[in-house]
Amino acid sequence: MAQVRVLVGTRKGAFILTSDGKREKWDVNGPFFGGWEIYHLKGSPVDPNRIYASQSSSWFGQLIQRSNDGGKTWEPVDNKFVYDGIPGTHQWYDGTPHPWEFKRVWHLEPSLSDPDTVYAGVEDAALFRTSDGGKSWHELSGLRTQGTGANWMPGAGGMCLHTILIDPVDPRRIFIAISAAGAFRTDDGGQTWKPINRGLRSNHIPDPTAEVGHCVHRIAAHRSRPNVLFMQKHWDVMRSDDAGDSWHEVSGNLPTDFGFTIDVHAHEPETVYVVPIKSDSEHYPLDGKLQVFRSRTGGNDWEALTNGLPQRDCYVNVLRDAMAVDSLDQCGVYFGTTGGQVYASADSGDHWMPIVRDLPPVVAVEVQTLP
Amino acid sequence: MIRIVLPPHLQTLAKVGSEVTVEVEGTATRNAILDKLEADYPLLRGTIRDHVTLKRRPFLRFFACGEDLSFEPADIPLPDAVLAGVEPFFVVGAVAGG
Repeated sequence: MAQVRVLVGTRKGAFILTSDGKREKWDVNGPFFGGWEIYHLKGSPVDPNRIYASQSSSWFGQLIQRSNDGGKTWEPVDNKFVYDGIPGTHQWYDGTPHPWEFKRVWHLEPSLSDPDTVYAGVEDAALFRTSDGGKSWHELSGLRTQGTGANWMPGAGGMCLHTILIDPVDPRRIFIAISAAGAFRTDDGGQTWKPINRGLRSNHIPDPTAEVGHCVHRIAAHRSRPNVLFMQKHWDVMRSDDAGDSWHEVSGNLPTDFGFTIDVHAHEPETVYVVPIKSDSEHYPLDGKLQVFRSRTGGNDWEALTNGLPQRDCYVNVLRDAMAVDSLDQCGVYFGTTGGQVYASADSGDHWMPIVRDLPPVVAVEVQTLP
Repeated sequence: MIRIVLPPHLQTLAKVGSEVTVEVEGTATRNAILDKLEADYPLLRGTIRDHVTLKRRPFLRFFACGEDLSFEPADIPLPDAVLAGVEPFFVVGAVAGG
């Protein structure tokens, strides 16, 4: 029977949750790297037992951990992330120039074909790549130097590159997103990049339709349709049907279109999930009710999924990298909260249950479907 | 022989006990003992000092002989008691909640 492995990054360590294909009973292993912030863990699609983890702390900086046995054992690999050339400046919160400074790795995206190749999205925003299993990292500086970098500025969480999507049809095409700069695309494997923010509107910046400066929180796509992208922006849920060349809003009947995370069903490319959050000044759900919203029409028409989720006195947040899906026939959907719960649905979101409920604040959730 | 006391997370990372010793040729300055520490335990590179600038990470401090040496020049000899191995050189994580 198939197995599911859920990789959970928290503010105080990593946890690995496993279950069989029924997804009813779960084993919890961890904490790994106790006391450290684990911004992200992700396994290689071609070697699921190869897992990479971003381990960081304000005291000791960044480490990259690697496992070759599905997370049972780990080894630290290189932790040197140095910008290519003279880093220059971006905008600080007050609009003044501020030097680029490496702080941490927010997201690790393993290659679709080589377990030793991984992309890392970092704060201050840049994209790095290793091709030796994490032993050395090199910046793809064409992103940072493509011409708009001096105008990027940090969001409240820092100026982070948090989303990396590799096109499964053409791996030279990669989408990334930065808070608060926007979305960018390369078509040549990372040598050259262009902003892809046409159609975004952000009323809190001086020019609401500027080429860059948008606080994109997360982008998701179905692997069968890499040109169709779904975005949870700071406010607004957006959709692109042309690989990001243009976007249109699909917030539709959502009760609030602020939020952080977004994901797509494993088998239904038009089925999309978001977790609406009340506002950017109140990072918790509306009315104390934790609700996932699902659209089966690619946006605009949304339904609330509440069965098994707390519907009173719930004031947690769901962060941008904290939702994922499995690829079993009955698609499983998973998300983690800042209250330390990880919820799972084994039926595409119709019913939910907490599979662990008292972890440190959850930052990231990834899922591996194993044969 | 210089004795260095590491904070718990770095002990775990380097797979050592609370105290390690390093041998330094020439003058035992702060930079010299940290260079040797990082050479003996490469996983510690970047965790105490920045990879490029070699500046102390902001939330760490260096103590010895009851003194805070964090803001002393990195290239002057350490106190005699540290050089003699009587007192250890402490790498201390700033106390913080959360």
